Amino acid sequence: MTPVIDVTDLEVTLGASRILRGIDLTVTNGEVVALLGANGSGKSTLVRTIVGILTPSAGSVSLLGTPLTGDVPWQRIGYVPQRVSAQSGVPSTAREVVGSGLLYGRRLRLPRDWKSRADEALETVGLLDRATFATSELSGGQQQRVLIARALARRPDVMILDEPVAGVDQPSQEAFAATMTRLVEQGLTVLVVLHELGALAPLVTRAVVLRHGRIVHDGAPPRAALDHAGQDHDHVHPHEPMVPLYAPQTDLGFDNASGHQS
Amino acid sequence: MTFLSELAYMFSDPLMQRALIAALLVGLTAPIVGTYLVQRRLSLLGDGIGHVALTGVALGWLVGAGMGLVPQDRLAIPGAVIAAIIGSVAIELVRERGRTSGDVALALLFYGGIAGGVLLMGIAGGSQANLTAYLFGSISTVTTGDLVLTLILSVIVLAVGLGLRAALFSVSYDEEFAKASGLPVRFLNIAVAIVAALTVTVAMRVVGLLLVSALMIVPVAVAQLTTRSFRRTMQVATVVGVTVCVVGLSITYWYNVSPGATIVVLAIITYGIVAAIAPIVTRRRRHDPHPDIPDDVDLEPSGTARKDGDETCNA
Repeated sequence: MTPVIDVTDLEVTLGASRILRGIDLTVTNGEVVALLGANGSGKSTLVRTIVGILTPSAGSVSLLGTPLTGDVPWQRIGYVPQRVSAQSGVPSTAREVVGSGLLYGRRLRLPRDWKSRADEALETVGLLDRATFATSELSGGQQQRVLIARALARRPDVMILDEPVAGVDQPSQEAFAATMTRLVEQGLTVLVVLHELGALAPLVTRAVVLRHGRIVHDGAPPRAALDHAGQDHDHVHPHEPMVPLYAPQTDLGFDNASGHQS
Repeated sequence: MTFLSELAYMFSDPLMQRALIAALLVGLTAPIVGTYLVQRRLSLLGDGIGHVALTGVALGWLVGAGMGLVPQDRLAIPGAVIAAIIGSVAIELVRERGRTSGDVALALLFYGGIAGGVLLMGIAGGSQANLTAYLFGSISTVTTGDLVLTLILSVIVLAVGLGLRAALFSVSYDEEFAKASGLPVRFLNIAVAIVAALTVTVAMRVVGLLLVSALMIVPVAVAQLTTRSFRRTMQVATVVGVTVCVVGLSITYWYNVSPGATIVVLAIITYGIVAAIAPIVTRRRRHDPHPDIPDDVDLEPSGTARKDGDETCNA
């Protein structure tokens, strides 16, 4: 079977620094793969390269069997970027933003039924009643859900998400997990960058851990210790930062480096 | 003479007819392009293109003079179109690189454009008055030929600006998402740059190269004060643009003032008035100004928790 995402010997350099090297990653149909790692380990760079925002300096990326340089069936792929808090200049409604998810590849004009399709996606994330609100009137968590709805609008077979729950309020996180569970049951393939597994833990079938731009773990998802599962767990003790490959893990120590994503 | 007959007289004046049509086209096209520029935080792009276009005008003069064309300025607008397109595409390519030196590159382009224009204009035999006409507008010199060219350029601007609205919105709202959707992002960015360049040359006769940017940006700024959606912002901005252009130009029919400056001052006054009134008008229809975040604490269903709390939030 053709892999959904196929990354071979990928290297990415930004400016003078080599952010990723020797990355091999294959995601097959129906998998839910979590991409974990400390801040600055290259998680975002990897997904941004997979969806074609960044150009690899070596190696190759294929989506649904087509190299990025070729004719990728973009309507089957939904990308959710990390939320940017900076609002753009002109006001735009949630429905307008979600509607832009209906454009892909060479489709430069909205379909006739774009409003109902955008509303359907908004309903999936529980924001239908906010369709005509300006995005600046929504909370951070709701803005993030708008971005998820934008990716869902085209009814993708694959979703690639970059820290979808970072800085998102608890009810939005739960709503997000519920939405993802339903979609995965319907056969969605997912690659998701996470800081910690959190509410998505039951869904994740495989975890890939990045460290200093290399994959250091690819296999069973790490299980967080019970006292780490709580939302308000305050992480104060230091961790051994190296992740042993085969030793059973209780805590990977990602959350000790709280700070800004580079 | 009554006001109406004065109006009728104004509309029957062929010079005024041409000027009004030009003003109408500028008022319509400039805010449409301006909406995209404001969205991408490139409000001053029009200004930069205007500077570069002056070199094109002067080159047009120079070539016209060399070829012995009469009148000398016959190639001014084509020159401006070519220089503006080259300039705007260059600016777009610098922006795409996202280098820190891009800022300096833009400054070089802007000031090189205006200095080169002034210098070449002098060599081509243009007078101070000619220069002022391009910098601040000279709507009384609009010929039928200019008008036809303006009309063609406006049609192109409208076709791209409205026809590709959804795609241009997507790229302007979130360029990375557009890339991750496989949209032809570079093509769309260059389309915006070219359309902005054409708008600058369309508006050159009416408000002049130094004030072009105001007509692209100020109507959008006015519209933003009252709207929630991108589509409505663009609509309101064009209404404001057309109104200030036509009214401003009509004022100059009776009073001897600069049309370009009058139009821009009118637009800014409109902004001031709307900014003062909008909060009073919109307060009534807006909901609770606090961000829509559920409570972190659980309130007892009885006691001090008020039942109508949710209703006021969603009203």
